[in-house]
Amino acid sequence: MATLEIKDLHVSVVSEDAPKEILKGVDLTIKAGETHAIMGPNGSGKSTLSYAIAGHPKYTITSGTVTLDGEDVLEMTVDERARAGLFLAMQYPVEVPGVSMSNFLRTAATAVRGEAPALRHWVKEVKGAMADLDIDPAFAERSVNEGFSGGEKKRHEILQLGLLQPKIAILDETDSGLDVDALRVVSEGVNRYKASGEVGVMLITHYTRILKYIEPDFVHVFANGRIVESGGRELADVLESEGYVKYTGKTEAAALS
Amino acid sequence: MAALSTKPHSHGAVAPVTSRAEHFTSYDVNAFEVPGGREEIWRFTPLKRLAGLHSGAAATGSAAVEVNAAEGVTVETVGRDDERLGKAGVPGDRVAAQAYSSFENATIVTLPGDVKSEPTTVTVTGAGVDAVAYGHIQVKASQFAEGTVILDFRGSGAYADNIEFLVADGAHLTVITIHDWADDAVHVSQHHVKLGRDATIKHTVVTLGGNVVRVTPVVQYAGRGGDAELFGLYFADAGQHQEHRPFIDHAQAKCRSNVVYKGALQGEGAHAVWIGDVLIRVAAEGTETFELNRNLILTDGARADSVPNLEIETGEIEGAGHASATGRFDDEQLFYLQARGIPEDQARRLVVRGFFQELIAKIAVPEVRERLEAAIEAELEAVGT
Repeated sequence: MATLEIKDLHVSVVSEDAPKEILKGVDLTIKAGETHAIMGPNGSGKSTLSYAIAGHPKYTITSGTVTLDGEDVLEMTVDERARAGLFLAMQYPVEVPGVSMSNFLRTAATAVRGEAPALRHWVKEVKGAMADLDIDPAFAERSVNEGFSGGEKKRHEILQLGLLQPKIAILDETDSGLDVDALRVVSEGVNRYKASGEVGVMLITHYTRILKYIEPDFVHVFANGRIVESGGRELADVLESEGYVKYTGKTEAAALS
Repeated sequence: MAALSTKPHSHGAVAPVTSRAEHFTSYDVNAFEVPGGREEIWRFTPLKRLAGLHSGAAATGSAAVEVNAAEGVTVETVGRDDERLGKAGVPGDRVAAQAYSSFENATIVTLPGDVKSEPTTVTVTGAGVDAVAYGHIQVKASQFAEGTVILDFRGSGAYADNIEFLVADGAHLTVITIHDWADDAVHVSQHHVKLGRDATIKHTVVTLGGNVVRVTPVVQYAGRGGDAELFGLYFADAGQHQEHRPFIDHAQAKCRSNVVYKGALQGEGAHAVWIGDVLIRVAAEGTETFELNRNLILTDGARADSVPNLEIETGEIEGAGHASATGRFDDEQLFYLQARGIPEDQARRLVVRGFFQELIAKIAVPEVRERLEAAIEAELEAVGT
């Protein structure tokens, strides 16, 4: 039973002159089998939380702890975190010219699984996973994310999620920029991954619409660098009708009207 | 060009000029002044490290030229007075003129017309540590010939040469030049490409080894329909100077050129210079050209200079463009790959290999491709350690 435990996490980003504190004491525990929706207005620090957990060099942890099954995540390099079972589906997946998707997927799977997957099974596995996400097989020979549309990039993030089978998945605004069909396909992919084992999901989103497809067990409202309210599914419904005004003092909708 | 303002040109112009069209050329070394380092065409080159190639150093040895010729390809060793020599172009700087004035024997490799030949390899081995040598090679692709010539430079010493590529009407020549010199070597080379009507050349320069390597490929068109693809791939390590100065001279209508050079640099004092000149003369209507240079800086202490120059004297062209970019290693790419569990050193290799992939994929000779991939791997072993 995997557990990701975040305690009193403070994170700064080095901007042009002085470091700026973005996370101001985040406490959150995610256990295998649970789906936590983190909802908040733009600029509240949601994405910073995901990048800090994944180990992006731009962010500095000033205090607090992050552990995965008791292991100190913050002591690990970025790749060690991934191999320990953390996965971040990025809001803006990065293009890597000249590296084919198939080479990238196989290299990643080899690293995470600790051995190269047997070629025959692997080819079948990737083909099946791509078909599940309505990804044209031709993408396997294209450079990683290069020239992909927003929706294609997100599908490939979820493809990696399914192939790398992490213990804890952080989905950073995976729903942003997706049309209805793509949102459905991507959500089904996440649900398949959830159904495949005891896994924990941190679902970061601005809008409630993805929660119609992916059922959250917990909903947390994120504002000004911390979690300001937690509840169940019903909290999302409140956000849907009332927006974030209560937390930010300004009107910002959580639903697409 | 600064050096040219002080002396008359072959055609009498004396005013200071900046156009590449006015670039001075001569077979005679004495027609050039000894460069001092401030001249436009020499300002990036470390003259002190040229072993006197620019200031009249006499030959103290000779480079060994070995040709492994494909069936049907003829190889001749000829004296400097052979009248077939010097037809593809005229030396454009003092070192090229010095080489032209100094070589004793030239090698002429001729690809037979109307047939497709297997690859021919010319291996040039330097005269040895502290030795100075000059050379001359001519590669001729006869009418409708199709074939590949690999020029492989190895060994030690200082070496200057002119290499002619005469591509007859309708011929298709592929050239791969590999500078895989020892650490001490200095090589200053001018390539002269002359393309006949509807002739094509795919010209790839690979620079890996050597203390100083400076290559100036010049392309001229003798008829319409010519097509030149110039690719370059270089990897500069600590203390290495690698300079590539392609010049495409569009003087005929309906010709095409495409220049893509990519380099990676690492280590203290690694220096890459790329000067890409394209001139579209008035007569060159319907020209289509593009040039691109990309540099990937892997460590502190390395430096890349990249200058694309595009001169257009007619508006009646298909298209012309250039692009140049020099960047640090992209940390976002590294983060993305690492976030998928790939260790940092492996991630770096993937990114650099990916950077060169576009060019390596264009090399049609599998052995050369494999050798390059292995060479890049070997270079990368030292990265980030």
